[in-house]
Amino acid sequence: MQVAVCAQEGSPDAAVDPRFGRCQCLVLVNRENNYWESIANPGINSSGGAGIQTAQTLVDRRVEAVLVGRIGPKAMAVFQRAGIKVFGGITGTVRESIDLYHRGKLPLLDGANSIAHAGMGGGFKKA
Amino acid sequence: MRELVVLSGKGGTGKTSICGSLAVLAANKVLADCDVDAANLHLLLEPEIKSSSPFYGLPKAQINDDLCLACDLCAHLCRFNAIRGQRVLTGNCEGCGVCYHACPCEAVEMLPHIAGELHLSKTRYGPLVHANLGVAEDNSGKLVAAVRKKARQVAEAEKKELIITDGPPGVGCPVISCLSGIDLVLVVTEPTLSGMHDMERMLDLADFFNVKAVVCINKWDLHPGNTESIEASCRRRDVPVPVRLPYDQIVKEAACRAQPVVQYGSGPVVDGIVALWDELRTRLV
Amino acid sequence: MIVAVASGKGGTGKTTVAASLALVAAEKGPVQYLDCDVEEPNGHLLLHPAWEHRRAVTVPVPVIDRDKCNFCGRCAQICAFHALAVLPDEVLVFPELCHGCGGCQYFCPMKAITENKREIGCVETGQSGAIQFVHGCLQVGEAICTPLIGAVKEQAAPGTLTILDAPPGTSCPVIKTVTNAGFCILVTEPTPFGLHDLRLAVKMVKKLGIPCGIIINRSDGQDQLIVEFSRDMHIPVLFRLPEDRMVAEGYAGGMPAVTVRPAWKPLFQNLLDGLEAGKQCVS
Repeated sequence: MQVAVCAQEGSPDAAVDPRFGRCQCLVLVNRENNYWESIANPGINSSGGAGIQTAQTLVDRRVEAVLVGRIGPKAMAVFQRAGIKVFGGITGTVRESIDLYHRGKLPLLDGANSIAHAGMGGGFKKA
Repeated sequence: MRELVVLSGKGGTGKTSICGSLAVLAANKVLADCDVDAANLHLLLEPEIKSSSPFYGLPKAQINDDLCLACDLCAHLCRFNAIRGQRVLTGNCEGCGVCYHACPCEAVEMLPHIAGELHLSKTRYGPLVHANLGVAEDNSGKLVAAVRKKARQVAEAEKKELIITDGPPGVGCPVISCLSGIDLVLVVTEPTLSGMHDMERMLDLADFFNVKAVVCINKWDLHPGNTESIEASCRRRDVPVPVRLPYDQIVKEAACRAQPVVQYGSGPVVDGIVALWDELRTRLV
Repeated sequence: MIVAVASGKGGTGKTTVAASLALVAAEKGPVQYLDCDVEEPNGHLLLHPAWEHRRAVTVPVPVIDRDKCNFCGRCAQICAFHALAVLPDEVLVFPELCHGCGGCQYFCPMKAITENKREIGCVETGQSGAIQFVHGCLQVGEAICTPLIGAVKEQAAPGTLTILDAPPGTSCPVIKTVTNAGFCILVTEPTPFGLHDLRLAVKMVKKLGIPCGIIINRSDGQDQLIVEFSRDMHIPVLFRLPEDRMVAEGYAGGMPAVTVRPAWKPLFQNLLDGLEAGKQCVS
């Protein structure tokens, strides 16, 4: 199972990116064998709904957890409905943040810690 | 780093004049003009453009005549009446891409297009990030986001403590783009019915985004009764109204000479803006 | 005839001009006033209509039938606005991002998507003396206002003089308002700000191919900036309204300019006569 971290570049030693929908890059690390891969963030250039697009990508990759700085309500809603855990408080590099995560030092988020960017209401309708 | 955004809802309340004066009074800051439809702050600050970059809007559809079989499926599907006679009316195209996905002969392309320009300039009051949007271009919410992003980058790189943003008018998309993640909003209003009406909407919006607000009443003596209702309404909302600025020709004279009013002259308006800045400063710490 | 009143810059007196024009026109016959500034509708504060009717304006928004959906993700791929997210056993819809393009419904291979309506604001109509008054009011927090402007403009009655009070600026909502107008009045003030924004407004109107004229508001006699520009652009200066504290105070209390200064009425009457005769009048 993979853990995703918002990063400024595609490597485990890259600095984390506090933004979610507009983070430069996503680094995915496999918890069993430490194998890592990086994927471009598709949301970075979108004019609206960037967080949703980024979240969709990670849902499609079936990650088990996402480590973020700030995350808005729409992306958070996607993860909550998909049963993917989101942890805040990333700092330093991707590797350091993964380490904090493994040691249980990152706070589990139960809601958004950043406000909506496009439109308001922040909610979603159940299918 | 702190971010102050100056908003008004209604246009013409003196938002840019006050913003220009705050630019003179505040130290160690970056200025950002997010009034991208009609950017005016630069007229007061005499910027020298250091660098410019194009700003891309949502891609828009274009039909390749060589591939098009004139089946008109795209025109039939387009909800925005943007296709007529195998031509895309760019002004109507919302960039949804339905035509692009639906075309049976792949004759539709989605092409990026330049919607405006983003500038970083030097002024005698500090760096200014501003933009101009092409005429008849939309997407100003996205451009606002781009201006703010650039201003933050500059503030970080140059170790500035504050970003002062001249916000767009209205309460729509560009204003919403301006409000996310800021520390304080200054709402400049005037004691007119429309000014009051719009101030209430602005304060609702600030509430919604959980941003602290301060109100400044400009030209208060045009209608002392309305000024009192504004102050009463702000008291109910627990929003401070630190100063009343009087109606004074000096503001227009300064604008005509393209100077911030605190730089241009003296008197009650100037004293008021200085007091306003003192109040804002304590709330930004 | 449809006459739009616009200005690049906000607060130049657009509503003052539009309301005064409507009041003067109403002395001769029926006239409509359509406030298209749906983010900040202000015309009613000067014209005080008695409201008669309110109609909700909706935009389409997708509804997913879970029994038919196979969660293939096609809708989320298609949506240029990222208004949908597809999870392994659920589809989330974010209505405020939806532009109502209908793509998700059209491309859904399981035909699992239908459309519902979502309210973004309302159109209110009423009567202010002989003026039929219409305005649109966007709900706070809605980002997409052009469908609402469209709904306001649908109220325009052919054969009647229709005055459109446009939003400020030169972006989408203004274009939506001004398009199809027979004439566009650009209201400006004689400051560098006014000129800068007037320049943008003129570009927009020229691009749309609509004849236009300029009204200089709050004129103090020092209008060279604007006059030179209008000469260069071959656009008539229709007339000037002087800087007038009484008018500013009247406006603050909800009183239109021509009510405070009845002597200004002939300026508006001449303009209306000129528009009717199909010529752009110059003062």
